[in-house]
Amino acid sequence: MSDLDGFRQEIRDWLEANCPAEMREPARDEADICWGGRNFKFKNPAQKAWLEACVAKGYTVPDWPEAYGGAGMSPAQAKIWREECARIGARPPLSSFGIWMLGPALLKFGTEEQKVHYLGEIARGEIRWCQGYSEPGSGSDLVSLQTFGEDRGDHWVVNGQKIWTSYADKADWIFCLVRTDKANTYQGISFLLFDMATPGVTTKPIKLISGNSPFCETFFDDVKVPKHQIVGQLNRGWDVAKYLLGHEREMISGAGGGDRMNAIGAVVARNGLDDPILRAELAMFDVDALAYAAMGEKFLDEAKVGKAHPAQPNMMKYVGTELNKRRHELLMAAGGSTALEWDSERTNGGTPARSWLRTKANSIEGGTSEVMLNVVAKRILELPGA
Amino acid sequence: MPLYYTEDQAMLADTVTGFMADAGGIKQQLRHFRDMDCKDGFGHALWKQFAEMGLTGMLAEEADGGLAMGHVEAGIVLKEIGRNLTPSPFLTTSVMGITALSGGSDDLRGRWLPGVIAGDSVLAIAIDESPKHRPERIAARAEKAGNGFRLSGSKAFVVQGASADAIIVAARTSGSDSDDDGITLFAVPKDASGISHENLRLVDSAMASNITFDNVELDGDCVIGDVDGGRALLNKVLNAGRIGAAAELTGVGQGAFDITTAYLKTRKQFGKLIGEFQALQHRAAHLYSELEIATAAVIKAQQLLDGGSEKAELMVSVAKAKAARTCNLAVREGVQMHGGVGMTDEYDIGLYMKRDRSLSEFMGDQYYHAERVARLNGY
Ligand SMILES: Cc1cc2nc3c(=O)[nH]c(=O)nc-3n(C[C@H](O)[C@H](O)[C@H](O)COP(=O)(O)OP(=O)(O)OC[C@H]3O[C@@H](n4cnc5c(N)ncnc54)[C@H](O)[C@@H]3O)c2cc1C
Repeated sequence: MSDLDGFRQEIRDWLEANCPAEMREPARDEADICWGGRNFKFKNPAQKAWLEACVAKGYTVPDWPEAYGGAGMSPAQAKIWREECARIGARPPLSSFGIWMLGPALLKFGTEEQKVHYLGEIARGEIRWCQGYSEPGSGSDLVSLQTFGEDRGDHWVVNGQKIWTSYADKADWIFCLVRTDKANTYQGISFLLFDMATPGVTTKPIKLISGNSPFCETFFDDVKVPKHQIVGQLNRGWDVAKYLLGHEREMISGAGGGDRMNAIGAVVARNGLDDPILRAELAMFDVDALAYAAMGEKFLDEAKVGKAHPAQPNMMKYVGTELNKRRHELLMAAGGSTALEWDSERTNGGTPARSWLRTKANSIEGGTSEVMLNVVAKRILELPGA
Repeated sequence: MPLYYTEDQAMLADTVTGFMADAGGIKQQLRHFRDMDCKDGFGHALWKQFAEMGLTGMLAEEADGGLAMGHVEAGIVLKEIGRNLTPSPFLTTSVMGITALSGGSDDLRGRWLPGVIAGDSVLAIAIDESPKHRPERIAARAEKAGNGFRLSGSKAFVVQGASADAIIVAARTSGSDSDDDGITLFAVPKDASGISHENLRLVDSAMASNITFDNVELDGDCVIGDVDGGRALLNKVLNAGRIGAAAELTGVGQGAFDITTAYLKTRKQFGKLIGEFQALQHRAAHLYSELEIATAAVIKAQQLLDGGSEKAELMVSVAKAKAARTCNLAVREGVQMHGGVGMTDEYDIGLYMKRDRSLSEFMGDQYYHAERVARLNGY
């Protein structure tokens, strides 16, 4: 215990010395988030300094091994890191699909060479990744995907279309599900990595109801992908894809920490709360949010020692996203007409309304709520025919 | 501290799970004592077995002959009590009663604890005075009289009150009804004169008494802790009861859920198992999620209480509210998914529904605790 107390003090001191004041406030919007990548423009010097300080210590991915750019923290140490960051409200220095999704998949399925190369780039925020799973005809029924990679000896030639590819227009590389065997459904998909600057890759942004365009249609027209850029075995990409989805769902669930699990009643009340029915709804929400936070903590504790059900992230994604939608419905109700403003300065360009609309995607992206319930019914409850 | 059982706690859970399923099952206990119209509402032989297992004194200090365990351990027992709907004085006697007595003098503990730990005596808790849980307001009065006190007033919903050897009573020794100060806890022996019971059977077959105290003479030794300064101890007793009831509720909910999912896997309609219908699968999966969350909230609150954290108060209310909401969903969905047989006395699912109603009310329902969460969060 005293070792961990010492560690906590060390982290506390380090954060005190290295986390700039500007980085101790919650990100207000998308533009406040540091995504890294070749073309990333830092919003201010504090954001850059915070990233660089963390990269130097491996703190962007604290529990990855040091050899791959992490800090090699044990589960208990990583928990302390999260708690200490939360205590001072420190923002994550780097957010990325590389950290949340591809990284865990590479740690499990990647070759040593791939780990050193790709994980290092992710940890340092050098390469920004996007996810090429969904296609126009393959959403919930992902395994029906058609994008095809033709074998040309030392490389594949990929043709097809992806859709809803988040940040495809800003990403440097893509991890992509490609059919490499048309005769096999599940065992005919490979997990490929390639540069978005490869000739034949084009993207077209799609505008969302929030007014933003964070995702794209992505087209592949004779895109050459060298054979060594496959993760896992040929035609066994579905295993990698599913494993990655587990991490994606855990991340979207918000159960790993962050503001999704906070109570909101007190924050709303600061601006006056004179409606007893709304107050009651907020109280019920706070009960659910704080209970959910305990479940998230329990899951992380159990996952570290192999006690958690492997399908549990599906359950958490379902609950966490439904909870987040409810949170924003309540925030909009509490905000009244001010929360309706779409581009005013005092709402920071319509943040309440845009955030509210954005949360509606939470229960769609990464697998819909209905699909999550299907998975729970089948894999956890083992209900017949599920 | 990680939010799962330690090795010792997991071992305790194993033992208690087996014991309660064997000895505390619905047929042997709940249905048996209900059908014989037992005026205690529980079986003394089983209570004696609780003692032999070392469960009665879990929360008592070792010096008092107890095991000095915490709320996580007590919760393990309560969850199994819930799962089996076992009628027992464990929550009121071993959890709330012992928590109260632990704040008392050596003499007082020496007088009551050995009998409790041996499984020979039972304690009851008399706090509320109206049909809803409102412990902020205590009107029952104990006036100074000679070396002792004279107690008058009434208490409602005192579970097993008429069977208890001593009743732990929260009374006002000074101030007005809603004051924080001026509360004193008493251990009132059952044979003190001036006590009358209205012993009633509840929906879940438990017995509870509405008690009237009419100038009951108590000697000074009956006082638990400080005169007028009992609010802090009362809060401790309340927290113990609330988190205990929450743990029991997760057991009731889990029990209802388990028999319901088992039913989904055996009942056929339209040539299919009803568990194949997606409409039911989704509702079952939703219920599973809620039960996992309630369970986590309960263990979090138990750990905070055991660790003496200042956040315990808030989390106890979160846990009680969440457990009550979830267990209620479990029993409602359970009856619905059983169809007609869910409405019969022969099937157990209805017994779960009755127990849920009663436990939800005990020590504050979901609305009381959600309100409390709001207040503790400053709004
Ligand atoms: C903001 C956002 C970002 C995204 N980012 C990416 C990304 O970066 N990369 C990527 O590859 N994809 C991404 N997606 C796509 C996302 O994964 C899909 O939208 C999702 O899987 C659902 O597929 P769909 O849109 O085709 O809906 P559909 O599958 O057509 O679903 C329509 C409705 O039918 C229901 N439904 C479908 N099947 C069943 C069933 N078996 N049982 C019950 N109900 C069912 C669904 O729940 C839904 O309500 C993103 C989506 C959003 C909204």
